[in-house]
Amino acid sequence: MRTEKYIARSSAIAARLLGGEMMIMSAVDSTFFTLNEVATAIWQAADGRTPLSEIVKTRVCQDFDVDLETASHDAEHFVGELSAHGILLVSDQPFGTAPVGANSV
Amino acid sequence: MHKLTTATESVHEIAVEIGGLPVLLRTGDASFLNVLRIRYAGFLDSAASPRFEFDIDLIDPSPAGEEDIQVRMQNGLWSLRRGDFRAQWDSEKRKGWIRQSANPYSVDCVLRIVHSLALAREGGFLLHAASAVRNGKAFLFSGVSGAGKTTISRLAPTDVTLLTDEISYVRHQTGSYIACGTPFAGELARVGENCAAPLAALYFLAKGPENRIDPVPPADAAGLLLRNILFFAEDPDLVKQLFRSALEFVERVPVQRLTFFPDARVWDFIGQVSQT
Repeated sequence: MRTEKYIARSSAIAARLLGGEMMIMSAVDSTFFTLNEVATAIWQAADGRTPLSEIVKTRVCQDFDVDLETASHDAEHFVGELSAHGILLVSDQPFGTAPVGANSV
Repeated sequence: MHKLTTATESVHEIAVEIGGLPVLLRTGDASFLNVLRIRYAGFLDSAASPRFEFDIDLIDPSPAGEEDIQVRMQNGLWSLRRGDFRAQWDSEKRKGWIRQSANPYSVDCVLRIVHSLALAREGGFLLHAASAVRNGKAFLFSGVSGAGKTTISRLAPTDVTLLTDEISYVRHQTGSYIACGTPFAGELARVGENCAAPLAALYFLAKGPENRIDPVPPADAAGLLLRNILFFAEDPDLVKQLFRSALEFVERVPVQRLTFFPDARVWDFIGQVSQT
């Protein structure tokens, strides 16, 4: 059985939309990312409670006309990259209501 | 019998004012103070009330390792270190010390760090860029090593005032930016002029067969800017502040790519472009 994955934005980052692109900087190691439209949609939906699979279905496949398999693969890759820098936090359980911080990685 | 005299240690000090921020450097070694006096000539202001003070403790030179700069806040104090120096700075009490050998490079590095921290709190930054003033407007020329910072500085005509060929000083002032001269020289080995002017544009440099200007999309501009800002502190709050400052800068100051053929005509071209 496949485990569900939940993603949450770290508080140890600075992020802002500029010129239609989401810019993110890790406050821990100063890594800088610019997200495309699809990645921005995933990022904005990363509330810690919505399963990644649902985000992919409702925010990526529907809005960007991408098939589920491709979207899931790309989303996994994106989440893996950002979580490696502590920018996204990943859990197999929904995150609680406590503030999400770098320490919860 | 009472001693009629007491031995007193001579203390020598200078105030180095960069970007309107005077930093007092104090040492017991008159000859080293003279070295600093020469290095920061043009940036000395004996009348300035210092914002920060540093006591320089000179030690014998030792083989400097390749240790990178480390800037950390520890117990309310900034701890600064590199292979050739150790320093500590209490930004609240505005005092600190530097332990180094009698060379001007260590204190130069400490000054860059202190200014980068002070600027970060106010929305400004130090930028890996040449900068110059013409007709009352300042221009920044940024890019990686070899992009042309030294070349464009060298090609500047006589009516251009060079602020620096290496490290530019950008201050934020209620919605606008000014560029200030710095003594932080690069390959040109020429100290910048100690003056300031409102910032008109930031150009990212590239050499090419002709002079041309191309727009830089805001997100690319922010990325390029962040890559060229000098910042050393491992401090999450200041990193966030710097991110916000860079994005605000990009929204307020024109950022373009300047491809230039390395001859004097580039400055005519900049003059024409800045009029439009």
